[in-house]
Amino acid sequence: MTPAEPPLVAILDYGIGNLRSAQKALEHAGADARLTSDPGLIADANAVVLPGVGSFGACMDALRATGLDTIATDAAMAAAVGGRPFLGICVGMQMLFEGSAESPDHLGLGVLPGRLALLPDTEKRPQMQWNRLAIDRPSQLFSTVEDPVWVYFVHSYAADAAGAHVVATCDYGGPVAAAIEHGQLWATQFHPEKSGGTGLQLLQAFVLAAQHGD
Amino acid sequence: MRTARVIPCLDVDAGRVVKGVNFIGLRDAGDPVELAARYDAEGADELIFLDITASSDGRETVVDMVRRTAEQVFIPFTIGGGIRTVDDARRMLRAGADKVSVNTAAVDRPELIGEIAAEFGNQCVVVAIDARARRDDSGALTEGWEVFIHGGRTSTGLDVIEWARRAVSLGAGEILLTSMDRDGTRDGFDTALTAAVSDAVTVPVIASGGVGSLQHLVEGITIGRADAVLAASIFHFGEHTVHEAKAHMTAAGVVVRP
Repeated sequence: MTPAEPPLVAILDYGIGNLRSAQKALEHAGADARLTSDPGLIADANAVVLPGVGSFGACMDALRATGLDTIATDAAMAAAVGGRPFLGICVGMQMLFEGSAESPDHLGLGVLPGRLALLPDTEKRPQMQWNRLAIDRPSQLFSTVEDPVWVYFVHSYAADAAGAHVVATCDYGGPVAAAIEHGQLWATQFHPEKSGGTGLQLLQAFVLAAQHGD
Repeated sequence: MRTARVIPCLDVDAGRVVKGVNFIGLRDAGDPVELAARYDAEGADELIFLDITASSDGRETVVDMVRRTAEQVFIPFTIGGGIRTVDDARRMLRAGADKVSVNTAAVDRPELIGEIAAEFGNQCVVVAIDARARRDDSGALTEGWEVFIHGGRTSTGLDVIEWARRAVSLGAGEILLTSMDRDGTRDGFDTALTAAVSDAVTVPVIASGGVGSLQHLVEGITIGRADAVLAASIFHFGEHTVHEAKAHMTAAGVVVRP
Protein backbone atom coordinates (compact mmCIF):
# COMPACT_ATOMS: atom_id res chain seq x y z
CA MET A 1 0.00 0.00 0.00
CA THR A 2 2.59 2.56 1.07
CA PRO A 3 5.11 3.13 -1.69
CA ALA A 4 8.77 3.76 -1.09
CA GLU A 5 8.36 7.27 -2.42
CA PRO A 6 5.45 9.37 -1.23
CA PRO A 7 3.94 11.45 -4.03
CA LEU A 8 5.09 15.04 -4.29
CA VAL A 9 2.21 17.41 -3.60
CA ALA A 10 2.82 21.09 -4.34
CA ILE A 11 0.83 23.42 -2.10
CA LEU A 12 0.76 26.77 -3.86
CA ASP A 13 2.22 29.33 -1.46
CA TYR A 14 1.14 32.82 -2.42
CA GLY A 15 1.53 34.36 1.02
CA ILE A 16 -1.98 33.81 2.29
CA GLY A 17 -2.99 32.52 5.70
CA ASN A 18 -2.17 29.39 7.57
CA LEU A 19 -0.76 26.91 5.05
CA ARG A 20 1.07 24.90 7.66
CA SER A 21 -2.02 22.94 8.66
CA ALA A 22 -2.64 21.85 5.07
CA GLN A 23 0.99 20.80 4.71
CA LYS A 24 1.04 18.81 7.96
CA ALA A 25 -2.28 17.13 7.24
CA LEU A 26 -1.14 16.09 3.75
CA GLU A 27 2.06 14.72 5.26
CA HIS A 28 -0.06 12.67 7.67
CA ALA A 29 -2.04 11.48 4.68
CA GLY A 30 1.17 10.13 3.13
CA ALA A 31 2.34 12.93 0.84
CA ASP A 32 5.65 14.67 0.44
CA ALA A 33 3.87 18.00 0.79
CA ARG A 34 5.78 21.19 -0.04
CA LEU A 35 4.74 24.81 0.32
CA THR A 36 6.06 26.38 -2.84
CA SER A 37 5.81 29.14 -5.39
CA ASP A 38 8.56 27.65 -7.58
CA PRO A 39 7.20 26.88 -11.07
CA GLY A 40 9.79 24.14 -11.58
CA LEU A 41 8.83 22.29 -8.41
CA ILE A 42 5.13 22.73 -9.19
CA ALA A 43 5.72 21.29 -12.67
CA ASP A 44 7.44 18.26 -11.15
CA ALA A 45 4.73 17.59 -8.56
CA ASN A 46 2.37 14.62 -8.75
CA ALA A 47 -0.50 16.79 -7.57
CA VAL A 48 -1.28 20.42 -6.86
CA VAL A 49 -3.19 21.99 -3.96
CA LEU A 50 -4.59 25.52 -4.06
CA PRO A 51 -5.45 26.65 -0.53
CA GLY A 52 -7.04 29.95 0.43
CA VAL A 53 -8.51 31.83 3.37
CA GLY A 54 -9.74 35.38 3.78
CA SER A 55 -11.55 37.35 1.13
CA PHE A 56 -11.91 36.30 -2.51
CA GLY A 57 -10.41 39.54 -3.78
CA ALA A 58 -7.42 39.46 -1.44
CA CYS A 59 -6.65 35.87 -2.45
CA MET A 60 -6.97 36.63 -6.17
CA ASP A 61 -4.71 39.68 -5.80
CA ALA A 62 -2.09 37.66 -3.94
CA LEU A 63 -2.28 34.79 -6.44
CA ARG A 64 -1.85 37.20 -9.38
CA ALA A 65 0.98 39.07 -7.63
CA THR A 66 3.01 35.86 -7.39
CA GLY A 67 2.24 34.89 -10.98
CA LEU A 68 0.77 31.63 -9.78
CA ASP A 69 -2.67 32.39 -11.26
CA THR A 70 -1.85 31.04 -14.74
CA ILE A 71 -0.05 28.02 -13.26
CA ALA A 72 -3.08 27.28 -11.09
CA THR A 73 -5.48 27.74 -14.00
CA ASP A 74 -3.49 25.46 -16.29
CA ALA A 75 -3.11 22.80 -13.60
CA ALA A 76 -6.81 22.89 -12.74
CA MET A 77 -7.89 22.70 -16.39
CA ALA A 78 -5.54 19.79 -17.03
CA ALA A 79 -6.91 18.01 -13.95
CA ALA A 80 -10.47 18.47 -15.17
CA VAL A 81 -9.64 16.45 -18.29
CA GLY A 82 -7.89 13.71 -16.34
CA GLY A 83 -4.41 15.17 -15.79
CA ARG A 84 -2.61 15.16 -12.45
CA PRO A 85 -4.90 15.67 -9.46
CA PHE A 86 -5.70 19.18 -8.27
CA LEU A 87 -7.39 20.12 -5.00
CA GLY A 88 -8.81 23.54 -4.19
CA ILE A 89 -9.60 24.19 -0.53
CA CYS A 90 -12.05 26.86 0.75
CA VAL A 91 -11.22 30.11 -1.09
CA GLY A 92 -8.95 27.87 -3.20
CA MET A 93 -12.17 26.23 -4.41
CA GLN A 94 -13.96 29.55 -4.79
CA MET A 95 -11.22 31.03 -6.99
CA LEU A 96 -11.81 28.26 -9.56
CA PHE A 97 -15.11 29.97 -10.42
CA GLU A 98 -15.68 33.06 -12.56
CA GLY A 99 -16.18 35.44 -9.65
CA SER A 100 -17.77 36.12 -6.30
CA ALA A 101 -20.31 38.55 -4.88
CA GLU A 102 -17.73 39.16 -2.14
CA SER A 103 -15.37 40.96 -4.54
CA PRO A 104 -17.43 41.93 -7.60
CA ASP A 105 -14.53 43.76 -9.25
CA HIS A 106 -12.26 40.70 -9.18
CA LEU A 107 -12.27 37.96 -11.80
CA GLY A 108 -11.80 34.39 -10.66
CA LEU A 109 -9.76 31.80 -12.56
CA GLY A 110 -12.84 30.78 -14.54
CA VAL A 111 -12.07 27.07 -14.63
CA LEU A 112 -15.58 26.32 -13.37
CA PRO A 113 -18.72 28.17 -14.50
CA GLY A 114 -20.66 30.45 -12.19
CA ARG A 115 -20.19 32.93 -9.36
CA LEU A 116 -20.23 32.63 -5.60
CA ALA A 117 -23.19 34.07 -3.70
CA LEU A 118 -23.56 35.22 -0.10
CA LEU A 119 -25.00 32.64 2.31
CA PRO A 120 -28.64 33.36 3.29
CA ASP A 121 -29.47 36.27 5.61
CA THR A 122 -31.34 33.88 7.87
CA GLU A 123 -28.06 32.34 9.07
CA LYS A 124 -25.02 33.54 10.99
CA ARG A 125 -22.13 34.40 8.70
CA PRO A 126 -19.54 33.04 8.41
CA GLN A 127 -20.81 29.49 8.61
CA MET A 128 -18.15 28.57 11.16
CA GLN A 129 -18.99 25.07 12.30
CA TRP A 130 -18.94 21.37 11.58
CA ASN A 131 -21.73 20.30 9.28
CA ARG A 132 -22.96 16.98 7.98
CA LEU A 133 -22.59 16.34 4.27
CA ALA A 134 -25.16 14.97 1.90
CA ILE A 135 -23.19 12.91 -0.60
CA ASP A 136 -25.11 13.51 -3.81
CA ARG A 137 -23.02 11.62 -6.34
CA PRO A 138 -20.35 8.93 -6.30
CA SER A 139 -16.83 10.35 -6.23
CA GLN A 140 -13.24 9.37 -5.56
CA LEU A 141 -13.05 11.98 -2.81
CA PHE A 142 -15.72 10.35 -0.66
CA SER A 143 -15.09 6.77 -1.75
CA THR A 144 -13.34 5.79 1.49
CA VAL A 145 -15.55 7.46 4.13
CA GLU A 146 -18.85 6.28 5.48
CA ASP A 147 -21.96 8.29 6.22
CA PRO A 148 -22.37 10.38 8.34
CA VAL A 149 -19.56 12.60 7.12
CA TRP A 150 -18.96 15.66 9.32
CA VAL A 151 -16.50 18.33 8.20
CA TYR A 152 -15.47 21.83 9.27
CA PHE A 153 -16.61 24.90 7.34
CA VAL A 154 -15.55 28.55 7.56
CA HIS A 155 -17.08 30.67 4.80
CA SER A 156 -19.65 33.34 4.01
CA TYR A 157 -19.97 32.77 0.25
CA ALA A 158 -20.76 29.59 -1.63
CA ALA A 159 -21.03 28.15 -5.13
CA ASP A 160 -24.34 27.04 -6.63
CA ALA A 161 -25.32 23.78 -4.94
CA ALA A 162 -27.12 22.71 -8.12
CA GLY A 163 -24.07 23.43 -10.28
CA ALA A 164 -22.31 20.90 -12.46
CA HIS A 165 -19.83 18.56 -10.76
CA VAL A 166 -21.07 19.17 -7.21
CA VAL A 167 -20.66 15.82 -5.43
CA ALA A 168 -21.63 16.84 -1.89
CA THR A 169 -23.70 19.54 -0.24
CA CYS A 170 -24.51 20.65 3.28
CA ASP A 171 -27.58 22.41 4.61
CA TYR A 172 -27.08 25.97 5.85
CA GLY A 173 -30.26 27.93 5.31
CA GLY A 174 -30.60 25.86 2.13
CA PRO A 175 -28.29 23.56 0.21
CA VAL A 176 -24.65 24.72 -0.01
CA ALA A 177 -22.05 23.34 -2.45
CA ALA A 178 -19.57 21.51 -0.22
CA ALA A 179 -17.41 19.58 -2.68
CA ILE A 180 -16.75 19.35 -6.39
CA GLU A 181 -15.16 16.62 -8.43
CA HIS A 182 -14.65 16.96 -12.18
CA GLY A 183 -12.20 14.46 -13.61
CA GLN A 184 -9.16 14.84 -11.38
CA LEU A 185 -10.16 18.37 -10.36
CA TRP A 186 -11.32 18.21 -6.73
CA ALA A 187 -12.42 21.07 -4.56
CA THR A 188 -13.86 21.44 -1.09
CA GLN A 189 -15.59 24.43 0.48
CA PHE A 190 -14.83 22.88 3.87
CA HIS A 191 -11.36 22.41 5.35
CA PRO A 192 -10.27 18.75 5.17
CA GLU A 193 -7.07 19.68 7.00
CA LYS A 194 -9.21 20.84 9.95
CA SER A 195 -11.81 18.08 9.87
CA GLY A 196 -10.10 15.63 12.20
CA GLY A 197 -9.83 11.96 11.22
CA THR A 198 -12.48 12.30 8.51
CA GLY A 199 -10.53 15.09 6.88
CA LEU A 200 -7.32 13.05 6.91
CA GLN A 201 -9.16 10.18 5.21
CA LEU A 202 -10.34 12.53 2.46
CA LEU A 203 -6.80 13.81 1.98
CA GLN A 204 -5.57 10.22 1.82
CA ALA A 205 -7.92 9.62 -1.10
CA PHE A 206 -6.34 12.63 -2.82
CA VAL A 207 -2.80 11.45 -2.08
CA LEU A 208 -3.71 8.03 -3.44
CA ALA A 209 -4.94 9.62 -6.66
CA ALA A 210 -1.66 11.58 -6.80
CA GLN A 211 0.24 8.33 -6.45
CA HIS A 212 -1.57 6.67 -9.32
CA GLY A 213 -0.81 9.74 -11.37
CA ASP A 214 -3.80 9.32 -13.61
CA MET B 1 -28.47 23.36 9.76
CA ARG B 2 -26.81 25.10 12.65
CA THR B 3 -24.71 22.76 14.74
CA ALA B 4 -23.42 23.76 18.15
CA ARG B 5 -19.71 23.53 18.86
CA VAL B 6 -18.18 22.33 22.10
CA ILE B 7 -14.86 24.01 22.82
CA PRO B 8 -12.53 23.10 25.69
CA CYS B 9 -10.34 25.99 26.81
CA LEU B 10 -6.78 25.47 28.03
CA ASP B 11 -4.76 28.04 29.98
CA VAL B 12 -1.14 28.07 28.89
CA ASP B 13 1.86 29.58 30.65
CA ALA B 14 5.19 29.59 28.79
CA GLY B 15 3.98 26.79 26.54
CA ARG B 16 2.66 24.59 29.37
CA VAL B 17 -0.95 23.95 30.33
CA VAL B 18 -1.69 25.22 33.83
CA LYS B 19 -4.65 25.10 36.22
CA GLY B 20 -4.65 21.44 37.05
CA VAL B 21 -5.78 19.42 34.14
CA ASN B 22 -6.45 16.02 35.59
CA PHE B 23 -6.77 13.27 33.04
CA ILE B 24 -6.06 9.68 33.76
CA GLY B 25 -3.41 8.15 31.56
CA LEU B 26 -1.70 11.28 30.31
CA ARG B 27 2.04 11.00 30.21
CA ASP B 28 2.41 14.72 30.71
CA ALA B 29 -0.63 16.65 31.92
CA GLY B 30 1.10 19.94 31.15
CA ASP B 31 1.77 19.19 27.51
CA PRO B 32 -0.67 21.18 25.39
CA VAL B 33 -0.12 18.99 22.37
CA GLU B 34 -0.97 15.79 24.21
CA LEU B 35 -4.04 17.40 25.77
CA ALA B 36 -5.18 18.82 22.47
CA ALA B 37 -4.90 15.40 20.85
CA ARG B 38 -6.87 13.90 23.72
CA TYR B 39 -9.68 16.44 23.30
CA ASP B 40 -9.65 15.89 19.55
CA ALA B 41 -10.08 12.15 20.12
CA GLU B 42 -12.96 12.86 22.52
CA GLY B 43 -14.83 14.80 19.87
CA ALA B 44 -14.00 18.42 20.73
CA ASP B 45 -15.01 20.65 17.82
CA GLU B 46 -12.33 23.26 18.37
CA LEU B 47 -9.83 24.24 21.03
CA ILE B 48 -8.93 27.57 22.54
CA PHE B 49 -5.56 28.18 24.15
CA LEU B 50 -5.50 31.15 26.47
CA ASP B 51 -1.92 32.28 26.85
CA ILE B 52 -1.29 33.81 30.28
CA THR B 53 2.48 34.02 29.86
CA ALA B 54 3.72 37.16 31.56
CA SER B 55 7.38 37.24 30.52
CA SER B 56 8.37 38.25 27.02
CA ASP B 57 10.90 35.43 26.59
CA GLY B 58 8.12 32.98 27.42
CA ARG B 59 6.39 34.18 24.25
CA GLU B 60 8.64 32.21 21.93
CA THR B 61 7.64 29.02 23.70
CA VAL B 62 4.02 29.81 22.85
CA VAL B 63 4.82 30.08 19.16
CA ASP B 64 6.64 26.77 19.42
CA MET B 65 3.62 25.23 21.17
CA VAL B 66 1.35 26.45 18.37
CA ARG B 67 3.70 24.95 15.82
CA ARG B 68 3.79 21.57 17.54
CA THR B 69 0.03 21.54 18.02
CA ALA B 70 -0.55 22.27 14.33
CA GLU B 71 1.67 19.34 13.42
CA GLN B 72 -0.44 16.83 15.29
CA VAL B 73 -3.93 18.15 15.84
CA PHE B 74 -6.24 18.50 12.87
CA ILE B 75 -9.14 20.41 14.33
CA PRO B 76 -9.31 24.21 14.44
CA PHE B 77 -7.68 26.02 17.30
CA THR B 78 -7.56 29.60 18.50
CA ILE B 79 -4.86 31.31 20.49
CA GLY B 80 -5.70 34.24 22.71
CA GLY B 81 -3.88 36.32 25.29
CA GLY B 82 -1.05 38.70 24.62
CA ILE B 83 -1.92 39.41 20.98
CA ARG B 84 -1.35 43.16 20.78
CA THR B 85 -0.23 43.78 17.21
CA VAL B 86 -0.73 42.48 13.68
CA ASP B 87 2.78 41.10 14.01
CA ASP B 88 1.77 39.03 17.06
CA ALA B 89 -1.23 37.70 15.15
CA ARG B 90 0.85 36.92 12.08
CA ARG B 91 3.34 34.86 14.10
CA MET B 92 0.58 32.75 15.63
CA LEU B 93 -1.29 32.22 12.35
CA ARG B 94 1.89 31.42 10.43
CA ALA B 95 2.86 28.92 13.12
CA GLY B 96 -0.41 27.10 12.50
CA ALA B 97 -3.17 28.66 14.62
CA ASP B 98 -6.46 29.07 12.79
CA LYS B 99 -7.68 32.09 14.69
CA VAL B 100 -6.38 34.64 17.15
CA SER B 101 -8.44 36.19 19.87
CA VAL B 102 -7.96 39.80 20.90
CA ASN B 103 -9.37 41.45 23.99
CA THR B 104 -7.66 44.32 25.82
CA ALA B 105 -5.58 45.35 22.80
CA ALA B 106 -8.74 45.65 20.69
CA VAL B 107 -10.41 47.92 23.25
CA ASP B 108 -7.26 50.04 23.49
CA ARG B 109 -6.95 50.30 19.72
CA PRO B 110 -10.03 49.01 17.86
CA GLU B 111 -8.32 49.40 14.46
CA LEU B 112 -6.31 46.30 15.36
CA ILE B 113 -9.39 44.18 14.53
CA GLY B 114 -9.57 45.54 11.00
CA GLU B 115 -5.83 45.33 10.50
CA ILE B 116 -5.72 41.62 11.29
CA ALA B 117 -8.90 40.98 9.29
CA ALA B 118 -7.52 42.81 6.26
CA GLU B 119 -4.44 40.62 6.18
CA PHE B 120 -5.88 37.25 7.17
CA GLY B 121 -9.65 37.52 6.79
CA ASN B 122 -12.44 38.12 9.30
CA GLN B 123 -12.71 34.41 10.04
CA CYS B 124 -9.34 34.51 11.87
CA VAL B 125 -10.30 37.32 14.22
CA VAL B 126 -12.10 36.43 17.43
CA VAL B 127 -12.91 39.37 19.67
CA ALA B 128 -13.03 38.25 23.29
CA ILE B 129 -15.27 40.32 25.54
CA ASP B 130 -15.24 40.09 29.32
CA ALA B 131 -18.64 41.31 30.49
CA ARG B 132 -19.98 42.27 33.88
CA ALA B 133 -23.56 43.21 34.74
CA ARG B 134 -23.91 46.90 35.50
CA ARG B 135 -24.69 47.92 39.07
CA ASP B 136 -25.62 51.26 40.57
CA ASP B 137 -23.79 52.89 43.48
CA SER B 138 -25.69 50.81 45.99
CA GLY B 139 -24.58 47.63 44.24
CA ALA B 140 -28.00 46.77 42.83
CA LEU B 141 -28.16 45.40 39.27
CA THR B 142 -29.14 47.91 36.61
CA GLU B 143 -29.70 47.61 32.91
CA GLY B 144 -27.01 46.13 30.66
CA TRP B 145 -23.44 44.87 30.84
CA GLU B 146 -20.09 46.61 30.83
CA VAL B 147 -16.85 45.59 29.09
CA PHE B 148 -13.88 44.86 31.35
CA ILE B 149 -10.26 44.47 30.24
CA HIS B 150 -6.93 43.37 31.71
CA GLY B 151 -8.32 39.99 32.66
CA GLY B 152 -11.48 41.54 34.11
CA ARG B 153 -9.71 43.95 36.44
CA THR B 154 -10.27 47.22 34.61
CA SER B 155 -13.64 48.72 33.76
CA THR B 156 -13.96 50.53 30.44
CA GLY B 157 -17.40 52.10 30.62
CA LEU B 158 -18.17 50.47 27.26
CA ASP B 159 -21.52 48.80 26.77
CA VAL B 160 -21.08 45.13 25.82
CA ILE B 161 -23.75 45.11 23.10
CA GLU B 162 -22.40 48.27 21.49
CA TRP B 163 -18.82 47.02 21.64
CA ALA B 164 -19.79 43.65 20.16
CA ARG B 165 -21.57 45.37 17.27
CA ARG B 166 -18.65 47.69 16.71
CA ALA B 167 -16.15 44.82 16.80
CA VAL B 168 -18.13 43.00 14.11
CA SER B 169 -18.38 46.12 11.96
CA LEU B 170 -14.59 46.46 12.23
CA GLY B 171 -14.01 42.89 11.05
CA ALA B 172 -14.48 40.44 13.92
CA GLY B 173 -15.52 37.02 12.62
CA GLU B 174 -16.62 35.66 15.96
CA ILE B 175 -17.28 36.87 19.52
CA LEU B 176 -15.99 35.00 22.57
CA LEU B 177 -18.23 36.26 25.34
CA THR B 178 -17.28 35.63 28.96
CA SER B 179 -19.49 36.55 31.88
CA MET B 180 -17.18 37.72 34.66
CA ASP B 181 -20.10 37.44 37.07
CA ARG B 182 -20.43 33.74 36.34
CA ASP B 183 -16.83 32.78 35.64
CA GLY B 184 -15.71 30.21 38.19
CA THR B 185 -19.12 30.00 39.90
CA ARG B 186 -20.38 26.82 38.21
CA ASP B 187 -23.84 28.42 38.21
CA GLY B 188 -24.21 28.24 34.44
CA PHE B 189 -23.82 30.81 31.65
CA ASP B 190 -25.34 34.27 31.94
CA THR B 191 -27.92 33.34 29.30
CA ALA B 192 -29.55 36.79 29.26
CA LEU B 193 -26.19 38.35 28.37
CA THR B 194 -25.43 35.63 25.82
CA ALA B 195 -28.80 35.95 24.09
CA ALA B 196 -28.56 39.75 24.01
CA VAL B 197 -25.16 39.64 22.27
CA SER B 198 -26.06 36.73 19.98
CA ASP B 199 -29.16 38.59 18.78
CA ALA B 200 -27.20 41.82 18.30
CA VAL B 201 -24.51 40.49 15.95
CA THR B 202 -24.45 38.57 12.67
CA VAL B 203 -21.39 36.48 13.51
CA PRO B 204 -21.16 33.37 15.72
CA VAL B 205 -20.99 33.82 19.49
CA ILE B 206 -19.12 31.52 21.89
CA ALA B 207 -20.63 31.47 25.39
CA SER B 208 -18.15 31.28 28.25
CA GLY B 209 -18.07 31.49 32.02
CA GLY B 210 -19.94 29.51 34.64
CA VAL B 211 -20.36 25.98 33.30
CA GLY B 212 -20.85 23.52 36.15
CA SER B 213 -22.99 20.85 34.52
CA LEU B 214 -23.79 19.39 31.14
CA GLN B 215 -27.24 20.95 31.25
CA HIS B 216 -25.55 24.37 31.35
CA LEU B 217 -24.06 23.61 27.94
CA VAL B 218 -27.56 22.94 26.60
CA GLU B 219 -28.88 26.18 28.12
CA GLY B 220 -26.07 28.20 26.53
CA ILE B 221 -27.36 27.12 23.13
CA THR B 222 -31.13 26.94 23.68
CA ILE B 223 -31.65 29.92 26.02
CA GLY B 224 -28.46 31.88 25.33
CA ARG B 225 -28.77 31.26 21.57
CA ALA B 226 -24.98 30.88 21.39
CA ASP B 227 -23.35 29.08 18.47
CA ALA B 228 -20.69 27.44 20.59
CA VAL B 229 -20.06 26.71 24.25
CA LEU B 230 -16.70 26.94 25.98
CA ALA B 231 -15.85 25.07 29.14
CA ALA B 232 -12.72 24.34 31.08
CA SER B 233 -13.01 22.78 34.51
CA ILE B 234 -15.80 20.25 33.82
CA PHE B 235 -13.58 18.70 31.18
CA HIS B 236 -10.15 19.20 32.70
CA PHE B 237 -10.90 17.57 36.02
CA GLY B 238 -12.29 14.47 34.43
CA GLU B 239 -15.87 15.10 35.59
CA HIS B 240 -17.18 14.74 32.07
CA THR B 241 -15.76 13.87 28.70
CA VAL B 242 -16.62 15.86 25.60
CA HIS B 243 -18.38 12.71 24.38
CA GLU B 244 -20.66 12.78 27.41
CA ALA B 245 -21.34 16.46 26.88
CA LYS B 246 -22.36 15.84 23.29
CA ALA B 247 -24.52 12.86 24.15
CA HIS B 248 -26.32 15.01 26.73
CA MET B 249 -26.78 17.86 24.26
CA THR B 250 -28.06 15.51 21.57
CA ALA B 251 -30.58 13.99 23.98
CA ALA B 252 -31.76 17.54 24.77
CA GLY B 253 -32.35 18.22 21.07
CA VAL B 254 -29.24 20.30 20.34
CA VAL B 255 -27.59 19.32 17.06
CA VAL B 256 -23.88 18.59 17.48
CA ARG B 257 -21.31 16.60 15.57
CA PRO B 258 -21.38 13.18 17.26
